[in-house]
This record gives sequence, C-alpha cells and structure tokens, in this order.
Amino acid sequence: MSRPTLLFWQLMVAVVALSLWQFFASVPVFGKMLLPPFFFSNPVDVFSQIFKWFSTGVIWKHLAITLWESILAFVIGSVGGVLVGFWFARQPRVAAVFDPYVKMINALPRVVLAPIFTLWLGLGIWSKVALGVTLVFFIVFFNVYQGVKEVSTTVLDNGRMLGMNERQLTRHVYWPSALSWMFSSLHTSVGFAVVGAVVGEYLGSAAGLGYLIQQAEGVFDVGAVFAGMFVLSAFVILIDIGVTMVERRLLVWRPTAAEGRG
Amino acid sequence: MDTAQPTAVALDDATVAFRLADARVYTAVEKARLSVAHGEFVAIVGPTGCGKSTLLNVAAGLLKPAAGAVRIFDQPLKGLNRDAGYLFQADALFPWKTAIDNVAIGLEITGAPRAHALERAQGWLTAVGLGAFSHRYPHMLSGGQRKRVGLAQVLIRDPKILLMDEPFGPLDAQTRQIMGNLLLELWNADRKAVLFVTHDLEEAIALADRVVIMSAGPGARIIGDWRVSLPRPRDISEVRMEKQFHELHREIWSVLKDEVMKGYAQSTQAAEAS
Repeated sequence: MSRPTLLFWQLMVAVVALSLWQFFASVPVFGKMLLPPFFFSNPVDVFSQIFKWFSTGVIWKHLAITLWESILAFVIGSVGGVLVGFWFARQPRVAAVFDPYVKMINALPRVVLAPIFTLWLGLGIWSKVALGVTLVFFIVFFNVYQGVKEVSTTVLDNGRMLGMNERQLTRHVYWPSALSWMFSSLHTSVGFAVVGAVVGEYLGSAAGLGYLIQQAEGVFDVGAVFAGMFVLSAFVILIDIGVTMVERRLLVWRPTAAEGRG
Repeated sequence: MDTAQPTAVALDDATVAFRLADARVYTAVEKARLSVAHGEFVAIVGPTGCGKSTLLNVAAGLLKPAAGAVRIFDQPLKGLNRDAGYLFQADALFPWKTAIDNVAIGLEITGAPRAHALERAQGWLTAVGLGAFSHRYPHMLSGGQRKRVGLAQVLIRDPKILLMDEPFGPLDAQTRQIMGNLLLELWNADRKAVLFVTHDLEEAIALADRVVIMSAGPGARIIGDWRVSLPRPRDISEVRMEKQFHELHREIWSVLKDEVMKGYAQSTQAAEAS
C-alpha cells in the first residue's frame, strides 16, 4: 500500500468510528437511543469541549503540570535506576542480598502507593512524581542490570588485552553498554512516567490532565471525560515522537534501534 | 631453534584443565611445549575443538595453566600478557565506537592526548585500507572491514607479540586471501613474533615460518612441528602454486588427517550421546 492510500484508510477508520458514534448518540433506532448522551456524549460535544479548553487556554496549565511531573519522574527514576542497576551488576554480593526486596517491591502494584505518597508529600506535584519514579526506576534498573551483566566476554577480553584497567573497562565497556540498554527501554519508561503522573493526579490533586478527567467525571460530564482522554492520547503520542527522535540520535551505532523492554 | 634470537613466547609443558559442572576435570591441552622466537611467525593447526584457542589464551594470560609454565621474553608470565596484542575470532570491536575511536582507544588508555591518538589511528586505518571509513560504526562495516579495524586496533599499540585466533575464520575465501596478504605486508614491516591459530592448513603454510600440529582433544598434545622455508615476501595465492608448498602440504596432511578424523568421530559421538 502506498503512503497516501494508507493515510486515507487510516483516516477512514476515524471518520467511520466517529460517524457511527455521532449517529447512534443522536438518532433513535426503533425508538431507543443506543448510545444515550448521558453515558456516551457525542463527538461534536467532545470536540467542542476540546476547542473550548484550547481557545480559553485553561488546558495549557494542566498540560504543563502533567508534562513537568512526567519529566521529573522520568529523570529521577532513570538516574536512580542507572546508578543502582550499575552498582548491583558490578557488585553481585550486594545484588544477592537485596534481591528478594527488589522483587517484593517490584511485585507491588504501584497504585496502592499513591495514597501514601499523597500523605507524605501532599497534593502538589511531588506525590505524582514519586509515583512515576517507582514505575520508571524498576524498568531502567532491570534493563541496566541486564545490560551490564550481558556485556560480551569477547569485547571485555579485548578491552583487557588492549590494556584497560578496571576503571577504564567501566568507562569504555560497561557504561556504554548499560546506557544503551537504558535507551532501548526509553519508550517504556517515558510511557510509565506519564502513567504515574496521570494516575497520581486522578487519585488526588489540584491540577493536571488526570485532575481534569477526574473533575469531569465527578460532575458526570462524560463529554469532558472523553475530551480529556483525547488530549491525553495526543499528548503521549507527541512525547513518543520526541523520544523516537532522541533515540535515533543516541543509538546511531546500533544496527536497528531495538524495541524497549518493559 | 636459532639461539641468537630471544624467545618471545615459551610454553613449558603447559597443561590446561577445566572443572566441569559434575566436578570431573576435563584436560583440554596436555603438556604443550612450544616456543616462538622473536620475529617468528608460527601457525598452530589442529582439528576443531582440540584446544588451539585454549593454548592462545594461555599465552595471552587470559587462562592460567594447571601445570607447567609460560614465559614471555624469558620472564614468567604473571596476569595478562602486556607485550601481546590479541586478534579475536569473534567480533571484538566496541560497537558504540566509530572505527577511528576503536583504533584510537588503545593509545588513549595509555594517556596519549586524544588529538595525537586520532591522528595515529587515521594513519593505521589508512594502512589497512579503511582510510575513508573512519567514522563508520562497526555494524556499518562488512566482516572483512571489521577484521581490518581489529588489526589496526591491535597494531596501533605496537605489541611485541601478536596472538591471532582464527582471525579470518568467518570470512569468505577471497577476503581471507586479501587479509592474509595484508597481514604479511604489515608483519613484514617490523617482524613481530606471531602465534596464529587456524584450522586451515593451506593458510598456515602460506603465512607461517613454522607450522605446529595439535592432536585431537581431550588432552591434546603438540605432535608435529614443520619449518616452512618458502621465500619471503610471499603472495598467498601465488605461493600455493609452488612445488615445495604441495610437498609440505602432503607431508603435514598425512599426520593431520588422522587427527581430523579422530576429532570428527569424537564430535559426532558426542552429538549422538547428547
């Protein structure tokens, strides 16, 4: 399929889906509305809501908050994950001692931590950042740990035979390998940073996309809930495009930029 | 052995053993006695899995012999062999570094200024015929080109001894000949001691001053040692046409053939048993 035809059919899917939604939400079939507007709203209302958010400018504040929380969660979680992952991989004894606890914390569904974070850090951005960090940290941690553990022994031996000492091996072999694994999980970890932020906002906050959706739901404004969801997906897609661009630059030495591992 | 030249690498009855998972001991190489004189090119040939690479790793200091001794320039080897450059069979380049950075690293880690290291690296890449490819990453190079970068990476440190583990094994026949000639050309410039492992007898005779034959494992031993007196400089493809080459080949092959059959029988039995 050529690119224009593909684009056409992709667009058709959206048009058909939205038309059906609009139709069944406004025209009764056999005297009964299949999609009652109270529960399902309709595309026209949803998009006028989105238009209103952007034209009045209310949305920018919420987007900025969510973006800021996601960035903080991603950066803090990644730095922590890289450092701890690297440390554990190079110190197998430390890793062995902490192993059961790492597994235990990772097994915990992170959402249950949200109330505790709210209690500790208040309703501001930091409780959301903390939730995002607990998600991002483990993805990066496991990838980096694996990356350092699986450095090719030939490459290591080559480094040694070229005269590298342990410090130089760390800098020229272990470290690039660890970072490349971190970057290969970039899509997953960035996605989880956003999840942490939005879920945190949803569970208790005063601003952000999650807050917007939660507020709309509280007053049974289904149109605004859908509008929030559309804005959120567009937001995540934009971030993902950005990540892909960063990835292309950072992983030029790779045959094909590997898919992220979660 | 010419006694006027110092011995670059000497293995004195080196025995290499590995402890297997079920606590048995597998003896890979038994009482190997081998010496490489300074400036001498020695090829080790043996059937697959006979422990040729093991012997090379012992000379490199990557493996410790269970018994016997390793001497490098008449000094007992402690830890890694700092006088040796090692060209591996598998890809050993740093995939995250460009060709020029891969070559320069050998100097950079000795504390050489980066500009100087890069300049020397460019010179070596040109010497191996890759002057125009210095900013490619390893995955953008062909197998033969990667071997060239590997050769430059090893040679830039100017090691006194070159250890090579089937370096051209994964390459196609034509590329192997080209790489063999390149190796001889570079070696001819300053005649380092070379220990070259291969399973290809023709390649060994064409390249080396001496060809050493190993028996099939386990407990592989050195069972033959031939001097190759073909004149230098040689051209790999032309030297194969010479009468002397064929006679030597026939003579060595008559010994090697039995070991190859033994090694083959063992590997098929092992495959059937598992």
